[in-house]
Amino acid sequence: MIGLNHYLTLSTFLFCIGIFGVLTRRNAIGILMSIELMFNAVNINFVAFSKFVTPTALVGQIFAIFVITIAAAEATVGLAIVLLIYRNFKGINVDNINIMKW
Amino acid sequence: MLSNAWIIPLLPLLAFVTIIFFTRRHERLSSLVSIGAICFSWVLSLVVIISVLKNPVTSEFEFTWLNLIGLQVRMGILIDSLTAIMLFVVCTVSSLVHIYSVGYMTGDPRFSRFFSFLSLFSFSMLGLVLANNFLGIFVFWELVGLTSYLLIGFWFEKKTASDAGKKAFITTRTGDLGFIIGILIITTAAGTFNFREIFHAVEAGHIPIGLLTLGAIFLFAGAVGKSAQFPLHVWLPDAMEGPTPVSALIHAATMVAAGVYLVARTMTIYLAAENAALVVASIGCITAFLAASIGLVQNDIKRVLAYSTISQLGYMIMVLGLGGYTAGTFHLYTHAFFKALLFLGAGSVIHAMHTNDIWEMGGLYPKMKVTAVTFIIASLSIAGIFPLSGFWSKDEILTVAGHFHNPIFLIVGILVAGMTAFYMFRLCFVTFFGPPRDQHKFDHAHESPKVMTVPLMILAFLSIFAGWVGIPWLKHGYSSFVYHHEPHHAEPNFILMIVSTLVALTGIYLAYAMYYKKSISPEKLKEKFAFPYKVLYNKYYFDELYHAIIINPVMKLSDFLFGKVDVGVVDWLVNGTGRFTVLLSDAKQWFDSRIVDGTVNGIASVTGRAGSGLRRIQTGQLQNYAFVVFFGLVIIILLKLS
Repeated sequence: MIGLNHYLTLSTFLFCIGIFGVLTRRNAIGILMSIELMFNAVNINFVAFSKFVTPTALVGQIFAIFVITIAAAEATVGLAIVLLIYRNFKGINVDNINIMKW
Repeated sequence: MLSNAWIIPLLPLLAFVTIIFFTRRHERLSSLVSIGAICFSWVLSLVVIISVLKNPVTSEFEFTWLNLIGLQVRMGILIDSLTAIMLFVVCTVSSLVHIYSVGYMTGDPRFSRFFSFLSLFSFSMLGLVLANNFLGIFVFWELVGLTSYLLIGFWFEKKTASDAGKKAFITTRTGDLGFIIGILIITTAAGTFNFREIFHAVEAGHIPIGLLTLGAIFLFAGAVGKSAQFPLHVWLPDAMEGPTPVSALIHAATMVAAGVYLVARTMTIYLAAENAALVVASIGCITAFLAASIGLVQNDIKRVLAYSTISQLGYMIMVLGLGGYTAGTFHLYTHAFFKALLFLGAGSVIHAMHTNDIWEMGGLYPKMKVTAVTFIIASLSIAGIFPLSGFWSKDEILTVAGHFHNPIFLIVGILVAGMTAFYMFRLCFVTFFGPPRDQHKFDHAHESPKVMTVPLMILAFLSIFAGWVGIPWLKHGYSSFVYHHEPHHAEPNFILMIVSTLVALTGIYLAYAMYYKKSISPEKLKEKFAFPYKVLYNKYYFDELYHAIIINPVMKLSDFLFGKVDVGVVDWLVNGTGRFTVLLSDAKQWFDSRIVDGTVNGIASVTGRAGSGLRRIQTGQLQNYAFVVFFGLVIIILLKLS
């Protein structure tokens, strides 16, 4: 049947794809989306552990709700930052944001 | 009480120290300190004489000066009749010279220093006669030589004076070389420095005769130097460059007597080593004749007196070599007084006439009565005219010379007596009588102040009467006081007395005929005996001889050593070291700038370049930073897992 390992593998894959996206996407919004992907991967992890390790105590699920909330707040702040970046740099290509370059 | 006799030399030493350190600026005070010290020592010397007269034993007081393993040196004083006489002579003449110098040296810029030197000399001479061992006597011997040098060259701005000082010191030093060798031979053979112990050893026959003779001859070399005997007599005439009180004290009465004293003190050695004694007598005899002959023709008043001193010292040395201990020391005693008087009188004349040349003098008798009379008294004494001191002491000498198996000493002695009378009265007649030869100088001449004439009078008294203690008919005369082994009574030899008196009178008459009456012409004699005159006038060319065989080669050697060794080698080394140091510093400089600075700059540039390289990590792009973080995390996890 589908066991814990499958869920964990799924979550790992999703997480790695998310990291890959954060590190390589040029579009700032794309990076935010990748971060959301990482959050979701983590949520899957929490719920999977909750279901399979402690089926009666719904700790994981509760924590996943928290994560969604935090993700939403964080997305808000991130989008605000992207907006400001767009105003200052006339675009949202993160490759151009290198003022701190030597 | 006698154990405190060391105070006698101590007082002048204290005077020296006081003047040098404290009273140098105060002339009167310095002279008073000096005079006070020596006069007090004179009183103490009288105490010593009375003590030794009452109790005629030899006293010795010692202390251990150096105590090492294998060597113990004791220093001390020895007091016997000889010491007592010497102390008296030195203190008397020294005191009178001190007082005289107050008048003679007035106005001299170094007045105080003169008195300090006189005190230092008195200390040295008194220490010399008190010494009880060879080491002690040698120390004071050298001290006396030093003070002599200082005093001869007192007016050192004058080149002749400083040269004379050097000549005196070097010549006596040459004699001292022999002296040291002699001391070493004798003391090594006897095993001790102490006089009495050495004499016991000699008398007991512990010392092999050959060694003793050799040692005695070398010891005598010291006396030859110090007492200006042939061939080291050349320094004494030059020493007349010093102030006249110095000539009177040192080069007439005391320092030059040190050599005579030495031979007398070590008489035991010479009595045991007959050949050495013969050498001594011969040298004395040669010297007496040589110097008297030179004195016949000299024109400088002090030079005549200098040669006279050398001649009289020759007498003393000769008679000591013949065993005449009593006679030799007696003549030392009488000679000190009349010779000092002659020099001080000459000083008085020089002070008045501002010249030493007798041919610029003449007719001084009426102007300087005291000086003239005392000078003539001294001349009579030295010529050996009855009944002055010189007659008795000279007679003793001739008597002893007559006892010797070879008549040569007696003959030479009599000849020298005649020559002495002649040149002394030549001096008297030319200086004090006849027409004045330099009217200008004559007009300015005047008798010297009392402080100078009173010592003259005292010395004249002594020149007449001091010798009376040696009159042969006395029951307890000089010969019962100062003797070797046994007191003896001098037998009067009437024939000798008459002969010597006749010879002296002949000399005086000859001088009178040549220089007063002018019945014999000195100029004609000079022409007739031109060659002997030339030789005598040039002092037998001794100075020229020494100059040629010793001084010139030494100077040439010094120049050579200076040129080749000093300049060539030593300077080359020194400059070479300098050049090498410069080379070394150049190398170091290269090292400093290239390597050290290079390293420092290199490190800086490496850092700079590393920085330039490394800063490229800062791309400013967040994604790169995030990548690095993630990558690091992966590494950690991998490491943790393995």
